[in-house]
Amino acid sequence: MLKGTSACAGCSSSLSLRYVLKGAGPDTVLVIPASCSSVIQGIYPNTALNIPVYNIAFAAAAACASGMSNAFRAVGKKTNVIVYAGDGGTLDIGIQSMSGAFERGTDFLYICYDNEEYGNTGMQRSGSTPLGARTTTTPAGKTDEKKDIDAIITAHDPPYLATACSAYPQDLFKKVKKALAIRGPAFIHILVPCPSGWRFPPEKTIEIGRLAVKSGMWILYEREYGRLAISSPSKAAMKNPIPLENYLAPQGRFAGISPKALDILKQRITQKIQRLTEEEKGIC
Amino acid sequence: MFEVRIHSRGGEGGVTAARLLAIAAIRDGKYASACPFYGAERRGAPVVSFVRIDDRPVRVYSQIRTPDLVVVLDASLVGVVDVLSGLKAGGTILINSAHTREFAGYRTCSVDLTGIALRENLIMAGSPILDTSVLGALARIGIISQNSAKKAITEVFTDERNVRAADAAYREVVI
Amino acid sequence: MLMVATGNRAVAEAVREAKPVVIAAYPITPQTGIVEQIAEYVSHGVLLSRYIPVESEHSAMAACIGASATGARTFTATSSQGLLYMHEMTNWAAGARLPVVMANVNRALGPGWNIWAEHTDAIQERDTGWLQVYTGTVQEAYDTTLMAFCIAEHNDVLLPVMVNLDGFLLSHDMQPLETVDCGDFIPPLHLPHAIDPQNPIAYGPLTGPDQYYKFRWDIERSMRDSVNVIGQTQAEFARRFGRKYGFTDDYRCDDADAVVVSLGTLGKEAEVAIDALRSEGIKAGSMRVRWLRPFPKLDLAGREVVVIDRDYSFGFGGVLAHEIKAKNHIDVCSVIAGLGGQEVTYDDIAGFIKNRRIGEESWFGVTPGV
Repeated sequence: MLKGTSACAGCSSSLSLRYVLKGAGPDTVLVIPASCSSVIQGIYPNTALNIPVYNIAFAAAAACASGMSNAFRAVGKKTNVIVYAGDGGTLDIGIQSMSGAFERGTDFLYICYDNEEYGNTGMQRSGSTPLGARTTTTPAGKTDEKKDIDAIITAHDPPYLATACSAYPQDLFKKVKKALAIRGPAFIHILVPCPSGWRFPPEKTIEIGRLAVKSGMWILYEREYGRLAISSPSKAAMKNPIPLENYLAPQGRFAGISPKALDILKQRITQKIQRLTEEEKGIC
Repeated sequence: MFEVRIHSRGGEGGVTAARLLAIAAIRDGKYASACPFYGAERRGAPVVSFVRIDDRPVRVYSQIRTPDLVVVLDASLVGVVDVLSGLKAGGTILINSAHTREFAGYRTCSVDLTGIALRENLIMAGSPILDTSVLGALARIGIISQNSAKKAITEVFTDERNVRAADAAYREVVI
Repeated sequence: MLMVATGNRAVAEAVREAKPVVIAAYPITPQTGIVEQIAEYVSHGVLLSRYIPVESEHSAMAACIGASATGARTFTATSSQGLLYMHEMTNWAAGARLPVVMANVNRALGPGWNIWAEHTDAIQERDTGWLQVYTGTVQEAYDTTLMAFCIAEHNDVLLPVMVNLDGFLLSHDMQPLETVDCGDFIPPLHLPHAIDPQNPIAYGPLTGPDQYYKFRWDIERSMRDSVNVIGQTQAEFARRFGRKYGFTDDYRCDDADAVVVSLGTLGKEAEVAIDALRSEGIKAGSMRVRWLRPFPKLDLAGREVVVIDRDYSFGFGGVLAHEIKAKNHIDVCSVIAGLGGQEVTYDDIAGFIKNRRIGEESWFGVTPGV
C-alpha cells in the first residue's frame, strides 16, 4: 500500500489494510466489493495499492474470489486471493455469496473490515451496527442488535476464523499470516473504528479500538480447525473488563443511549465472555 | 414427412421411446427430430411426445396435430385422452395391449409390451420398461428397419434384454 | 460423429470441446441439462475443468468474472429468472472486458411461473455489452457455441458472448448432431489484461466523469470491430467443418416481395410456411436473425417486412420490429407471437405473411383476425 490514499483522516480500515498486505506479501490479489475501500484505493488512473486489485459489485466479492482462486489453482498458482469487504458487503448484501464460497471450501481469505455502518454511503445502519448506536437511518439509536456473523461463519466450519482490531496491528499481522498458510476458506473479522461515522476525533482511532477490546465489547480470538484460542490482548480484558461507558462515552453515536439498551449491551458482553471462556476451556 | 405422436404416462418411457425412434430413423439414413411436450407433468400423468421423420432436415418445432401414427404405451389412457385426435384418415395406431383392439377407420396394431417386459424381467423401479421393446413393433410396422431399431437400442442401453424384448415385439405385434 | 442430441446436450458437447478452465453455474429449467451434462464430464474426467457449483446465478457470473480475469477460459449457462438475477454481473463482465461465454436458454419471465420459450429474458440484456446470437437448430447451437469462444476471446473483441436457444423447443428437441474435433480452431486465450501480481493493476476502480466515457466508447469500438471477427470466424468455421453461418439465415429471400423476420426456432418453422406460400405462387422469404448484437445490416430494401417478436417492450412494441424499423428506416408489420411458449405453427406464420398490414402491430391470439 502506497502513501496517499483517499481515506478519511483517522481511517482505521485503511490502516488495517496496510497490515493485511504486509502479512500477505506481493503474490496477492485483493477482491474489493463496493465499500469504503473502493474509494480509499484511489481514483483512476491512480492507485494507492501496489498489488492487483479487483473491484467487483457489492454482493459478488466472495463468488468472484471463488472463481479467481479456482482459476489460479487450476494452473498451479499459489497466489493469495483475499476479499477485503465491509460489514455491509459481508453480513448484509454479500452474505449469500460469502456463505456459498465458505460452503464450497474455497481456498481464500475473506476479511470483513467492520466499521459497524454503511460508511461509504454516509453512515447508515447496517446489520453490524450495535444496539443503541445512532446512524443516519437510526437517528434515535438502533433498536436491533448486531448480527453475529462470526457465529454464522463458524457454522460453516472453516479451518480458520479470527477476530482482530486495527488497534492491535501485530495480532492482526500474525492472524493474516496464519490464515494464508491454511488451505481452504479463512475468515478474519476486523473491528475498524470510524471517526467520521462513530463521531470521535480522528486522532483517537487507536484509542477507541483499544477501549473496544478492553471493555469486552470486541473480543480478539481465533478458531483454528474448530479449536478456540483467546488472543492475548483480550485475555486480560476478559478477566477484568473496563466499564463499557468508557468505550461508549467518547463516541457521538452512542450519545443519549437508553439505559435499557446500555443494560442489554452489558449483558451481551458478560454472556459472550462467559461463552468464549467456557469454549476455550472445553466446557461447552 | 412422417409424424408420430406417442401417448404414455410420466415415467413409462414415452420420451425415451421418441428418442430411440428418432435415432433409429437417423441410422436408416433419414432426418428426424423428437420432442416431448413439456408441461408440469409428474409421474403417472398423461404425456405426449412427438417424432418427425423426413428425407430432409426437419424444420418444424410446433406440435404435431395430424399424426400419421399414434403410439399408445398405456392402454388405460384410451378414453382419458383423445388418443385418436387428428390422426390422419387411414392412419395407424399401435397400442400396448394384451388383446387385439379395433379403432374403426384406422389400421390398428396391438402388442403386449407389458407382458414382454415382465417375461424378460425388464422392470425398473417397479414399472415394466416399454420404451425399448416398442421399437421392435415399430420396425415390424415398417417405420424403421429392424437393424436400426437394434442399433438405436444398443447405442443407449447396454442390457441385452432390451434387444430381446424388441425382437419379441417384432414377432408378436398383431397388425 | 453423428449423434442424436438435444440442444442442451449440443451446448455441453461444444463446451467439452472448448475446454474452459472454469465453469460456474446454477441450475434452472430448461437449461439444467447443460450444466448436469458438464458436471458429469468433469466428474468422469472427460473434461478437466473446475466446475464451481455456485449458490446463485449472480455468483455464477461473478465467479466467471473472477476466473476470466486471471486469463482463464470460462463458461456458464442460465435462463430466464437466472439471467435477470445475474444482470448486474453481465454488465460487469462486459465492462471488465472479459470473454465469458454463456448459453442462455430463452424462457419467459414470471409471474406467473412459465418455463416455456420467450426471448424477453435475453432481450433485456441487449444493452449490457454482450454479443448475442440466437440459434435455430441443435447443430447450430453446437457450432455457434464453438465459434462463440473464438469470437469472445479475439483480441479485437474481448467481450462476452451469449448463445441463445429456445427453451424446450430447442433445448429439449432431439435432432441429428455432427460433432467435430475442433483441433486448433479455438486458439488459446491470451487475455492482455490478465491479473499478474508481477505487474499490479487496479481493475475497475473509481473512474471519474473525465475518464469513464472512454471505457464505454471502447466497448462500442470493440462491438463494431466484432462484426469482422464474427465474419472471419464463421468463414473459418465453414472452411474447416463445411457448415456455413451468416449474421442472418436467409431462406428464399432473393426474389421475395415479402420477408418474415424472426429469431430462433420461429425462423426455422417460418421456412416451412415460405415453402407453402411459394407453392401458392406467393413470393415470400424468411430471414432469421442470428446476431442481435452487434445488430447486422439487413437486406430488406424493396420488400414488405413482417417481424415476429417472441418478446415485448411494454409501452413500446416488439423489440426486433422496432430495431429493424430504426436501423433500416422502413415500416414493418409487427406480430407478437409465441410468448411464454404460445404455440405458433407454420400455418400461423403463413397467415401472418398473407394478412400483413404494414405499419400495424398485432398480437397473435389477441388481435382479431391474427
